[in-house]
Amino acid sequence: MATRYVGAPIRRVEDRRLVTGNGRYTDDIGVGTAALEAAFVRSPHAHARIRDIDVTGALDVEGVLAIYTYEDLEGAAAEPLPILIPHPALHAGRTAYALANGVVHHVGEAIAMVVAENRYLAEDAATQIVVEYEILPAVVGLDAARAAVHSVHDDVPDNVAAHLVQQVGDVDRAMRDVPHTLEFDLQISRSCSMPLEGKAVHARWDPDDRSLRVYSSTQTATSVRAAIAAKLGLPLPKVEVIAPDVGGGFGVKIMHPWPEEILVPMAAIRLQRPVKWTEDRREHFISSSHERGQQQHISVGFDDDGRILALDVTFWHDNGAYTPYGIICPIVTSTQLLGPYKPGAYRVEFRSLYTTTVIVTPYRGAGRPQGVFAMERTMDRIAQTLGLDRTVVRATNLIQPDEFPYDQGLIFQDGRPLIYDSGDYPAQLEMIKELVGWDGFAAHQAAAAAQGRLLGIGIGCYVEGTGPGPYEGAHVQVLTDGSVEVAIGLTSQGQGHQTVFAQIVADELGVPFERVRVTTGDTRRFGYAVGTFASRAAVMSGSAVALAARAVKAKALKVAADALEASEADLEIVDGVVAVRGNPTASIELGQAAVLSNPLRYAFDEAAKAATQFARPADPDRPPVPEGAAPGLESRDYYSPPRCTFASGMHAAIVEIDPDTSEITIEKYCVVHDCGTLINPMIVRGQVHGGVAQGIAGALYETLDYDEDGQLRNASFMDFLMPYVTELPARIELGHQQTPSPLNPLGIKGAGEAGVIPVSAVIAAAVEDATGIRIDRMPLSPSDLFHLRREGETK
Amino acid sequence: MTETRHEIALTVNGIRHRRPTVARRTLSDFLRHDLGLVGTHVGCEHGVCGACTVLLDGEPVRSCLIFAVSVDGRSVTTVEGLADGEELSPVQRAFGECHALQCGFCTPGFLTTITAALADDPDPTRADAVDMIAGNLCRCTGYHNIVDAVLRAAELIRERS
Repeated sequence: MATRYVGAPIRRVEDRRLVTGNGRYTDDIGVGTAALEAAFVRSPHAHARIRDIDVTGALDVEGVLAIYTYEDLEGAAAEPLPILIPHPALHAGRTAYALANGVVHHVGEAIAMVVAENRYLAEDAATQIVVEYEILPAVVGLDAARAAVHSVHDDVPDNVAAHLVQQVGDVDRAMRDVPHTLEFDLQISRSCSMPLEGKAVHARWDPDDRSLRVYSSTQTATSVRAAIAAKLGLPLPKVEVIAPDVGGGFGVKIMHPWPEEILVPMAAIRLQRPVKWTEDRREHFISSSHERGQQQHISVGFDDDGRILALDVTFWHDNGAYTPYGIICPIVTSTQLLGPYKPGAYRVEFRSLYTTTVIVTPYRGAGRPQGVFAMERTMDRIAQTLGLDRTVVRATNLIQPDEFPYDQGLIFQDGRPLIYDSGDYPAQLEMIKELVGWDGFAAHQAAAAAQGRLLGIGIGCYVEGTGPGPYEGAHVQVLTDGSVEVAIGLTSQGQGHQTVFAQIVADELGVPFERVRVTTGDTRRFGYAVGTFASRAAVMSGSAVALAARAVKAKALKVAADALEASEADLEIVDGVVAVRGNPTASIELGQAAVLSNPLRYAFDEAAKAATQFARPADPDRPPVPEGAAPGLESRDYYSPPRCTFASGMHAAIVEIDPDTSEITIEKYCVVHDCGTLINPMIVRGQVHGGVAQGIAGALYETLDYDEDGQLRNASFMDFLMPYVTELPARIELGHQQTPSPLNPLGIKGAGEAGVIPVSAVIAAAVEDATGIRIDRMPLSPSDLFHLRREGETK
Repeated sequence: MTETRHEIALTVNGIRHRRPTVARRTLSDFLRHDLGLVGTHVGCEHGVCGACTVLLDGEPVRSCLIFAVSVDGRSVTTVEGLADGEELSPVQRAFGECHALQCGFCTPGFLTTITAALADDPDPTRADAVDMIAGNLCRCTGYHNIVDAVLRAAELIRERS
């Protein structure tokens, strides 16, 4: 039996180049080729009218080749940037221009681009550009946006970009009939993806070929390509976009096209020289994207057992200055809020509001952490009201294993019904209780309390729609040396795609893992793809590579059967050799099958020479390539699912609070999760670790601190408290549950975002349990908690 | 006005370089763009993230906060200089074995930092390992596997000697 790779903790093929300094990130491309470099003049004001831009001083700076403002943009590049995902509820969608056209709506908005011999000179020149502003009122935070004393966009006086209501059942009536009701408000602050590599673009124009090659640090090469072609008026085949090694994404790089992705190629074409731009850290803070900021109002009605019979949620989502990514995040919040539960009647209403701050687009979790916070805080309040154990209330509300597929009756972010494919939530609850020691905790807590220590435990449950469509594809090709080239359209930002997709192909095709090479995010190799986001890569591209590999296998068997004069049904492929089962002497190497699959076979290499022994005389009455066939041992296939898969998980934590300083220490952090079939448990574990770290960051440390004028006060790593190793728990205990998805060939559900989703809810619950202080907003710093406890004492 | 260029000589990964450079050029830009050693990454340009860490005469420094002209005559080791030909260093090997990297952008700074730290303390406890990496940011891994890698690297070094 050959080695099976799927399910094994295979070491990553990416690592060797990355640990030796041989990775190639966008800023590394073309070092030594004297690419010109761009720098931007960005608005220092949150809201202002641009009266005048004077570039005369800048033009005198040595080494400056060009300065572009809005006036220099032409055609589609001068139009507003696209709304990627329109929605009928987004009634007042607005987007920026690539360079500001008269008005700026947040600090950091690009106004002018300088291109010079190097970045130092470009920045020198940028400082010499004088912009005259008429300052307009800033609108910062959801309170200001809702009050709408001032508006962000003149033609949207109430600041409401979108308004959506979804309802299942009659909530008002159900609420009247229940024995218990609760009503309360919650709030989540802004945070952001913050990859260690910011955005970057490198563009080369070939004047002979009239073609453009662009490298971008993006989560979607194919869509950046389409955007550039459209905005610069180039035929799609004349544009190629490559996402080389990408230094983290976490959502921010699925947003596209960024202004720089249009402007840098534009400059390369106009100047006929390679041009590059690499975002610096402050630029990333003030001109990329943020997420998370929401206010929520919750009404819930429930019976004596804690069963939710009516749930009515209204929330307000801060979408920043523009809505290029549509309303995906609030739709996700409004639907994924339900988690593994089945409330009786549910009504959700949200408004997505403009503020004069950086745009809001998905960050790992993409609206789910907020929804889970709402639902899990609700579960805890119900338990507290009824004097029930918090896990008992959850168990009462869980969807049962025999209820799948379970239709929540809502429309999900992909425009399709919210139908859960599979899962076993009650078993998951038992697993997490066991892992964290839930049942024995009360005694432990009491014993600690007797020593003056404050311990608390919390739990949080989530369901995550993963692998949304519409499709992904893959190209699998066996070369004449028997090695296998795989190309997928979606990109990789550290998830180990070159490893996991090679594992799948190796298994499907029966070749050694080492003989499979995977190329990601290169439109030269694969043109149609969506992107790496929404925990979709393993589900979508994993399925596509499996399908394409199966098609190649079928083709190989056909060729081999012909060559060996055997029946296809009697053949197997093991270690790259097609052989008659039980008769290994009747065999042909896959590389030779690749030679035979092409009727034009000049004997360029050894495989071709060797394959001639199998070549049978052609039938002179049939075409060399039969109808419906194609030369080459290769296949391209696509996977397009009917709807999302639904991964799930439950986290629990024990925290200790310092009675004097209110410092919060996570003593124990446990995760049970179900992402269906595991391709590589080592990589899944790594994804969970990283997700939990970002979750803890969002729960305890990270926020984006805007002042009332719209200045981001913590736009540096000195002030934005990204955790070091010392801020995170020493270990994360992890349990895997596997309920394979029935929707795709491998049963995969996706794991990229899972770790981050319930963390704020878990930490809030644990802190509340430790202190008895109600926690209704996150993140929570020690000083926040200190003040909350002091207020609690004075009440 | 043309900027004054200063001739500097330094040894990088054992190779001697002599180059003219402007006074304000950071060591990280000099290594990356003048010498083409793009393995050193720049994550924040204000000395917090540690991605740009290189060894200056064996000591870890933030190359984004140092001007190239100020290291005239000194010796620099970058991530490209850690392996012995094709053979990975113990720290590099340990990173692969422990899945201590995902996107790989912060990794060069961790590798150089840990290499120097293990030279000082070849037998760290887990707490020591945490201290060794406590000045470097990673956004992908949650650090747990990096701490494992420090301990594994120490093991590999002991096995080798």
